[in-house]
Amino acid sequence: MANRTETLPAATVEVRRSSGLWGDAFRRLRRNRLAIVGGVLVILFVFIAIFGPYLAPWPYDYQDLDAVLANGGLPLPAFSPGHFLGTDELGRDLLSRLMDGARISMTVALVVQFVVLVIGMPVGAAAAWFGGRTDSWLMRLTDVIYAYPDLLFIILLSVALKETVFGKALDGLLLVFVAIGLTSWVTMARLVRGQLLSLKETEFVEAAQAIGVPSKKIISKHLLPNALGPVIVAVTLGIPGAILAEATLAFISIGATPPRASWGSLVADGQPWLRSFPHLVIFPALAIATALISFTFLGDGLRDALDPKLKGKQ
Amino acid sequence: MTMERELDTRTAGPAREAPVSGDELVKVENLKVYFPIHSGLFQREVGHVRAVDDISFTIRRGETFGLVGESGCGKSTTGRATIRLRVPTAGTVGFDGHDLSTLKSDDLRRLRRRMQIIFQDPYSSLNPRMTVDSIISEPLETHGLGSKGSRSGRVSELLELVGLNPNYANRYPHEFSGGQRQRIGVARALAVEPEFIVCDEPISALDVSIQAQVLNLLIELREKFGLTYLFIAHDLSVVRHISDRVAVMYLGKIVEIGEPDTVYAAPGHPYTRALLSAVPIPDPKLERKRRRVILTGDVPSPANPPTGCRFHTRCWLYEKLGRPEVCTTEDPPLRVLAPEHQAACHFAEESLRSDVGVAHPEQAPQEPASIAAAPAAS
Amino acid sequence: MTLSEESAQAPSVVVEDLPDSVEVATEEGRRMAAQLHDKQPHAKRLLEVRNLTTQFFTREGVVHAVDEVSFDLDYGETLGLVGESGCGKSVTALSLVRLVPSPPGRIVSGQIIFDGVDILKLSNAEMRLMRGKKIGFIFQDPMTSLNPTLPIGFQISESAKLHLNLSRRAADDRAVELLSKVGIPRARDRMKDYPHQFSGGMRQRVMIAIALACDPMLLLADEPTTALDVTIQAQILDLIRSLSEEFGTAVILITHDLGIAAGMCHRVNVMYAGRIAETGLVDDVFEHARHPYSWGLMDSLPRLTDARSARLRTIEGLPPDLLDPGPECRFSPRCHYVTDRCRTAEPELSSREGEGHLARCFGTEPGGWIA
Repeated sequence: MANRTETLPAATVEVRRSSGLWGDAFRRLRRNRLAIVGGVLVILFVFIAIFGPYLAPWPYDYQDLDAVLANGGLPLPAFSPGHFLGTDELGRDLLSRLMDGARISMTVALVVQFVVLVIGMPVGAAAAWFGGRTDSWLMRLTDVIYAYPDLLFIILLSVALKETVFGKALDGLLLVFVAIGLTSWVTMARLVRGQLLSLKETEFVEAAQAIGVPSKKIISKHLLPNALGPVIVAVTLGIPGAILAEATLAFISIGATPPRASWGSLVADGQPWLRSFPHLVIFPALAIATALISFTFLGDGLRDALDPKLKGKQ
Repeated sequence: MTMERELDTRTAGPAREAPVSGDELVKVENLKVYFPIHSGLFQREVGHVRAVDDISFTIRRGETFGLVGESGCGKSTTGRATIRLRVPTAGTVGFDGHDLSTLKSDDLRRLRRRMQIIFQDPYSSLNPRMTVDSIISEPLETHGLGSKGSRSGRVSELLELVGLNPNYANRYPHEFSGGQRQRIGVARALAVEPEFIVCDEPISALDVSIQAQVLNLLIELREKFGLTYLFIAHDLSVVRHISDRVAVMYLGKIVEIGEPDTVYAAPGHPYTRALLSAVPIPDPKLERKRRRVILTGDVPSPANPPTGCRFHTRCWLYEKLGRPEVCTTEDPPLRVLAPEHQAACHFAEESLRSDVGVAHPEQAPQEPASIAAAPAAS
Repeated sequence: MTLSEESAQAPSVVVEDLPDSVEVATEEGRRMAAQLHDKQPHAKRLLEVRNLTTQFFTREGVVHAVDEVSFDLDYGETLGLVGESGCGKSVTALSLVRLVPSPPGRIVSGQIIFDGVDILKLSNAEMRLMRGKKIGFIFQDPMTSLNPTLPIGFQISESAKLHLNLSRRAADDRAVELLSKVGIPRARDRMKDYPHQFSGGMRQRVMIAIALACDPMLLLADEPTTALDVTIQAQILDLIRSLSEEFGTAVILITHDLGIAAGMCHRVNVMYAGRIAETGLVDDVFEHARHPYSWGLMDSLPRLTDARSARLRTIEGLPPDLLDPGPECRFSPRCHYVTDRCRTAEPELSSREGEGHLARCFGTEPGGWIA
């Protein structure tokens, strides 16, 4: 009986290459044109962030005073010889500064999401796994942090720690990154908790318990791999928020100390020249918008690829 | 596995002999499982759902014990509590002489080799991120069975045992149909060579023709390995088909317990009668003929069960007898009606005399007409 | 949440509201309906379906979900569509009311004449009027078909108001009347309640009330009790049966449960792989089934009356892939009686003994090799 019952599907299943859920997800992602565009742009940004200084036509803080003076002390417009995107009023090359800004924005993405993961995942996992009192206290804590105004917290923190070693690290940027991360892990903690809570109830976890698989292994082999998809999506979609938060802070002069400039502070610096030399605002703003959109496209694509249920059968 | 089986094995003679040995493998005594209801800012406990409320039963070695009831009656919780996937609120569960609640965690883990569970949902019971090979070898690794090299051979052996092609081992669960996934679940349970398996609605999520395949497989494995089953289902005909003894649950209590032929032919509890009469029978003439009880209302909440007999709010016998007061004040205990037959009803004798709901076997054709009409082709 | 629905009103109330808790269903009603059916066997067709073909156009290819399906339904008749998941029974029902999800689904060809009107030729607006007013439907999961943000009273009276041109007040009265008709205690009080305040069985009753709000000629019930417990299932089936007798509503009952079909239907269509495999009066099909798939289905059920622990006969293997069905009989790969003829050509539905009893099998044709 044993062999006879399953003779049929052998033929149909055999042909297909076994690929696993990740493989399937990757195949779905590749079919999503917007996600591919987003992904390519993200790779480009990362490339610029890493190799920017070697590729940039000028050092970000080099002042081409001759050119500015020749222009009557005014910024050079875009497409000037030697300065493709022009300069600011101090003769600093805008393209080079944007490329350095990419470095800052990508670091923000990295550090903030790292902080978010390092705090959010364990807090969410602990709340879900231990449940009961631990769960209620951790969740009330996240509620309080969630309710506290983010901007106020970041400003207070950066003012308070400005003069410490920590405050000066990475031209004052590390402090801002960590501060943003400290306000953003809450969503991740909630997401992880929700994921694990529903996974904890699944029958394959019960099966593992019935087999006698130790808790540690249940978490690492059964719970986390299955929660990973939504976490990856949340991290990707969280990046634009972090980049935007940094840009906002830089716009109000919190963060990078001059002459370093992030995209946000470039917008702020260019603002007085908005009427006569709009390129000083337009190009940094374009950089911010492009980065946000590419991460969002990639994140949306990842979500559709990792959770095909959302979009119906493909 | 012999391949040379006759096609027509449905007529395979009388019911299986009752198991020889009589010793108790599982002994459940006064089991209660309550789930707290939390409410408020800090999730204070405000009440309990009495999922299982003081039940006792034993399962003999080699026996298949059926547990039937509607959703929310506590049958699944009971099944999980017998292998300590749920911690009892009160009462004891004994397994081959060991009290599961007093065991140290290492001893419990060792004992888990001897008891396993098969689940209802073939989609959520397999980890979608693991290959079939790693799903089935996980129990082997956990209990240190076999060397790393010998395990893949053992996985192939298990797959073949449950009727799957061993070449499928490196595939993922989502590449299989529901019935095939259920077979993978069975192979995982069998990997540790257990003595006792809780089958929690193992076929109710499957299509009719696939149900029969899996049911046959479970019966075959039972005979091959002398397994003891706790078979949980809401389908009375399935439970009757596979069980040596049956318990009917309602709102966390066992209301009737006995051998299926007795319980199904002469139910001593009005709920069993109602349940039986609600089962649709695939025989139009019989369906038109039989007398049926249709219960009114819904099952009350197990957080706040009715006083006295829990069934009295929906009981047709209670109405027929003019609402005797004892039903609303006293919770009837299980009473012995005949050897191996108990029911928890104050008026079980009245129920025994009734003819409501029983599917008169003598009126049914002995053989399904279709087979008589269609002799096997050469 | 659903469990506590009735208990909140204390169990005793249930008894007070529903005094006759013993409701022994007799066969009289059913016999009367059967007689009515016999007296005017072809008095008038309510529904004629001819060569209905519905396909799904997916990335992998064209899925032949419903393939050349034809059947009739008389006024007041209950017809069962029976089969396993993926056999096309639900898609058939959705096609009848033009609710096949599109894309990817499309009714490719065929004719559906309902009460003299060709449904496939109606405009979308006319079709909307037809649904709800002349055809009511009930689905497996009432929660997804009820709007969770509106009180149920509103959802019922809405339909009555729209289709019957009733005033607000008259429509409300109609809703109360319907709710008590489907057995919801204290109907007027419960008009203001929301779907989540009802248990599964009660929600299905509400769905039935909505379906019947405009006194339709046809009720489509797609697995109406699959999500319910067996005692609640009995209540709902009994309700559908008595209401269809009372109002003379024809019912198309889609189910995988042969027992339900046996107890509810006058005629059944057994479907397999997008085709009707066998059709006939319920007694003919259940007692003298003439298609190997029907035998397989019936034999694979454990019954309350057969020998315990005997091996069940199973249908081996899986249903075929409907992406590219070949020219052969679609059941042939799983059939014990298969011959070379079955592997090269597909049989037509042809007549067997018994009125309107057709089966799609070479083997059981007059002169076939299966006696």
